[in-house]
Amino acid sequence: MSEYKHSVSLDLEKCKGCTHCLRRCPTEAIRIRDGHAVIDPARCIDCGECIRLCPHKAKKAIYDKFSSLPKDKYLIALPAPTFYGQFENLDDIDYLLQGLLDLGFDDVFEVACAAELVTDYTRKFLHSGKAVYPVISSACPVVVRLVTLRFPTLVPHLLPIQPPVELAGRLARQKAKAKNPSLKDEDIVTVFISPCPAKVSYVKNSTDGGKSSIDYVVSISDMYFELLNVMKNKVTPVPYSKTGMVGIGWAISGGESSSLMNDHYLAADGIENVIKVLEDIDTEQHPNLDFVELNACSGGCVGGVLTMENPYICRVRLRNIRRYLPVSQNHASEGDELPDYVKLDFDSEYEAVSKLGTSRRHAIKLMADIQNVFSTLPELDCGSCGSPTCRAFAEDVVKGKADYGECIAVMREKLRGKTNGENNDGK
Amino acid sequence: MSEQNECLTYSFDVDGENFTSAGEASVQVKRILRRIGFDPETIKRVSIAMYEGEINMVIHAGGGVAELFVYEDKIVMKLTDHGPGIADVSLAMQEGFSTAPDNIRSLGFGAGMGLPNMKRYTDDMVIDTKLGEGTTITMTVNV
Ligand SMILES: Nc1ncnc2c1ncn2[C@@H]1O[C@H](COP(=O)(O)OP(=O)(O)O)[C@@H](O)[C@H]1O
Ligand code: SF4
Ligand code: SF4
Ligand code: SF4
Ligand SMILES: [Mg+2]
Repeated sequence: MSEYKHSVSLDLEKCKGCTHCLRRCPTEAIRIRDGHAVIDPARCIDCGECIRLCPHKAKKAIYDKFSSLPKDKYLIALPAPTFYGQFENLDDIDYLLQGLLDLGFDDVFEVACAAELVTDYTRKFLHSGKAVYPVISSACPVVVRLVTLRFPTLVPHLLPIQPPVELAGRLARQKAKAKNPSLKDEDIVTVFISPCPAKVSYVKNSTDGGKSSIDYVVSISDMYFELLNVMKNKVTPVPYSKTGMVGIGWAISGGESSSLMNDHYLAADGIENVIKVLEDIDTEQHPNLDFVELNACSGGCVGGVLTMENPYICRVRLRNIRRYLPVSQNHASEGDELPDYVKLDFDSEYEAVSKLGTSRRHAIKLMADIQNVFSTLPELDCGSCGSPTCRAFAEDVVKGKADYGECIAVMREKLRGKTNGENNDGK
Repeated sequence: MSEQNECLTYSFDVDGENFTSAGEASVQVKRILRRIGFDPETIKRVSIAMYEGEINMVIHAGGGVAELFVYEDKIVMKLTDHGPGIADVSLAMQEGFSTAPDNIRSLGFGAGMGLPNMKRYTDDMVIDTKLGEGTTITMTVNV
C-alpha cells in the first residue's frame, strides 16, 4: 500500500507543545516529542479535530489557493452544498453561481446535483440484493479511512458508490465537452470548493492511481471572501441552479439518509459519536438497520473545519434555501444495474493499524510486554510523557518509540529511590 | 495480568452491582484479540461466549471475575463467581430454561439461550459448580 498523503499538518514555529491536541485526537495519532506535537501519518484520519482545538493555530490544513489556479484553462467550479449556507440573505443560489463565473470560472457544476444521483443509486443498491447490512455511507472520507484502519471487518458494509464530489467532477467534464466539443480533457480543470481537509486528502490520494476527477481543492472559507466582493454587484444571474431539496440536504447530518425513503436508518455526526456507532455495529448491537450515515463533523459537512459560518446558522440558512425547491432534480438512469463509473471499490488489503506485530506469536509477546509496562504506570493519563494515555505510552515504550523514564511517576519513584538510598547510607 | 510461558493473561472484574456495565469485558476482549490479529470468526466466537458468561455472572451470581488466557493456538476463558451455584446443570443447559426474574426479562435477557450458546460457540466447556459456593466455567476456543 502506498503511503497516505495528508492535508492536516503542523506549523512547528507555532506549536507550544501544550498537549491540548494530544488526548483529543480520536486515533491517538499525536505525540509530543522535543516540546512539540508530531503526527503519525499512518494513524491520522484528517478529521481536523486538532485544527479546531489548537489554541495556537499551529495545526493547519493544506489546500490550493484560489490565486494558484491555472486561469488559462477551462476552469469549472464545483461548490459543495455547504457553501450555500455561508452567506447571509442568500435566498437564490443562482446569484452565488453567477458570482463564481464573475470570479473567472468558465463553468459551474453543483456537487448537490451529483449528490441527488448518488441518493438514487443508493436506493437502487439497497434493493439490489447485494447490500451487506447495515450499509455505511462512504461520502465522508474521514469515515472511510477510519473504517479501513480501525474497523476492517466493516469494510464490506461501505457503500460501494462514488461520493458526490467524484461524480460531480466527472459529470462536469462531460457537460463541458458536450457544450464545447473542441475542448480536450487536458484543457479542463475541475476545482472543488471544500468544507474540509479530508476531501483534500481524498483527492490527493485517489489521484495517485489517476482516479480522481477533481484537479484542485480550494477552501470554502477562502472562496467566501473572494465571492463576497463580486456578489455585491448583484449581476443578474445567467446560470440556473439545478439541485433540489435532497441535494442541499446532504450538507446536513441526516440529509443523505432521510432522502432514501427507508425508515431503517441511523445518522450520527461528530467523530466521537461516529466511533461509538462503529463500535456498536462491530459488536452487532444495531439489528434491523439498513443504512448508517456517518459524518465526522458535528452537524454534518456544515461543521467542516474549512467553513466560515457556525454549523447551526448554516443549517437554518440551508433550510430556507431549500424551502421552495423541488424534492430532487437529478435522477439516475432507469434500470437496476449501476453504471460502472459510479461503482467504487475499497482497499480490502488493509494495513490495520489496530494490528500489532508480524505474527500472532509476536503480537502475543508484544501485548504481554505492554501489559507488564502498563501495570507499573499510575493510570493518570496525564500526557506529560508525550503520549495520550498510559496505555499508549506503554505501547510506545515497548515499540522503542518512547523512553520509560519520561513518565513523571516513574521519574518520581527514581528520585525517591535515590534519596532513600542516601539516607540508608549510614546503615 | 502476568506472563507465563507464552500465555497472555488478563483479568476483568465483573461488577454484579452495576447492570449497565455488564458486557464490558467482552468488548475489551474483542479489542485485545483483534490487535493480536486473530481472525474475525474466532473473535466473534470468543466475544459471544464471554458476553453470555459475563451476563450470567451479573444476573445469576452477583458478579465475579472473568479471566482470559491467550495462546498462539487457543483462547481460554475462565469465569469464576461465588453465587448460588447451579442446581441442575443439564437442565440449565437446555435451550429456553431460565430462572431470570421478570425485570431482567423485560430488558431482553433471560431467554435461556446463554449456556447453550456458550457451548455452541466454543470447542470445550467445563462447568464446575457447587450449590451455595459458586460456579466456575472454563471455555476453550481452538484457533
Ligand atoms: N453463573 C451462574 N450462577 C448461577 N446460576 C446460573 C449461572 N449461569 C446460569 N445459571 C442458571 O442457568 C440458567 C440458564 O442460563 P442461560 O442459558 O444463560 O439462560 P438465562 O441467563 O437466559 O436464564 C439460568 O437461568 C440460571 O438459573
Ligand atoms: S494544541 Fe497541539 S499543535 Fe497546538 S500548540 Fe498545543 S501541542 Fe502544539
Ligand atoms: S487530523 Fe484528526 S486524526 Fe489527524 S492528527 Fe489531527 S486529530 Fe488526529
Ligand atoms: S463530515 Fe463532511 S466536512 Fe466533515 S470531514 Fe466528513 S466530508 Fe468533510
Ligand atoms: Mg444467560
